[in-house]
Amino acid sequence: MRRINWRTWAALAAASTLLAGCGPLQPWVKPYQREHLADPIMSFDPNPIASSYLEHVFEVREGARGASGSVGGGCGCN
Amino acid sequence: MLQLTRRAHWLAAIAFALAAVGRADVLPDDRTDLLYHHFEGGGVEVQGPSVLVRKKIGDSVSLSYQYYLDMISSASIDVVTQASKYKEQRTQQNFGVDYLHNNTLYSVGYISSIEPDYNSKTAFFNISQSLFGDLTTINFGYTGGWDIVGKADKGIVQPFRADADRRNYQVGLSQVLTRNLLLGLNFETDESEGYLHSPYRSVRYIDPTVQRGYSYEPERYPGTRTSNAASAQLKYYLPYHAALDGTYRFYSDTWGIQANTVELGYTQPAFSSWTFDGSLRYYDQSHASFYSDLFPYANAQNFLGRDRELAQFHSMTVDLGASWQFQPRWARWIQKGTVNLDVQRMLMNYQDFHNVLDPAVIPGTEPLYTLDATVMEFFISFWY
Repeated sequence: MRRINWRTWAALAAASTLLAGCGPLQPWVKPYQREHLADPIMSFDPNPIASSYLEHVFEVREGARGASGSVGGGCGCN
Repeated sequence: MLQLTRRAHWLAAIAFALAAVGRADVLPDDRTDLLYHHFEGGGVEVQGPSVLVRKKIGDSVSLSYQYYLDMISSASIDVVTQASKYKEQRTQQNFGVDYLHNNTLYSVGYISSIEPDYNSKTAFFNISQSLFGDLTTINFGYTGGWDIVGKADKGIVQPFRADADRRNYQVGLSQVLTRNLLLGLNFETDESEGYLHSPYRSVRYIDPTVQRGYSYEPERYPGTRTSNAASAQLKYYLPYHAALDGTYRFYSDTWGIQANTVELGYTQPAFSSWTFDGSLRYYDQSHASFYSDLFPYANAQNFLGRDRELAQFHSMTVDLGASWQFQPRWARWIQKGTVNLDVQRMLMNYQDFHNVLDPAVIPGTEPLYTLDATVMEFFISFWY
């Protein structure tokens, strides 16, 4: 395993301080323009119980897995 | 001095920077889901219930619990050619805690999966943060898994035990592109090591000493597997109140498998209380480097696999769903409820896995195997 030295941590702290000093990026979609985005039909995962089940169905039968956006990984089941 | 792996070093550095520019995130909604699932295809039937409950405690904490049961009746091609039909149950329980602190959402959880011949324990941790006026949400997650592989014969657990461990790292980003367009990006790396194959499954090899022309020997997999997967998803709001989405995922691992997944979906609300959705999913993968349907002789190489999950194949899945929303007058504490039905038809075509149940004079010339399956989820959800 690779050891982090004090120079790396110092660089990270300096970068973080510089970022905090930057002015906030102005949102290009204002809050009053987000009514479509707030519609439930625009949710990436409106029903986690169903999507997690379907993801399990595919993972058991396919070689590929992951990058579905769900938190927590898989069950590791057989 | 703190010692970290290269990957954890990168994750810690990004989280450090996020603390300087980050903004608000929110807890998930309080809800309960009651689901019945059913899978049938390829000689396998799996069905059972699932319940998910989520509730906030105060303004900062949300607890979740999910119970899931698989009742399995299996007479798959692997089972009927190398063993005998069986029935068993798998029980899974998920426990989760979400904590909102200083506009950052921390999630931790534990998953337990128990079946007669396989026990799995999984723990996960995730950080989620919104940035740039809530237009961007970024999350990092780590999952660790510890599996115990067993063996059962006619329902009787055998004195066999092996271990398999997993480590999984996830990075995700959700980005508002325009007032009608969302982008989701996900990247995941998975490392598994230990006993990664099945104690039941065998590979076949040409054997001229037996009448059928081939014999079986136990499969042998590498002791490690590292995989990477990356996906991009776009969701677009159509002006007549509907939504279109498209997803692409690329997968690659050290076993030689490369896979592509493409999915297109459409969601259409109708009649004030109904929502209909449909999707088409295409998947294809190359076979693992040590996979073969028929090896030329016994012990032909260091690693041997004939699991069709590692074969070259492509599949198409069609999904249709309907949801009805209601407001129960008999329970004022329930804000809304939905009744949902989703049905999928899945067709898998294998390019190098042969159906030995349809024997041929020359081994290896049997018809290629195809699997078609029907999957169904019926669930009711309440928000309160």
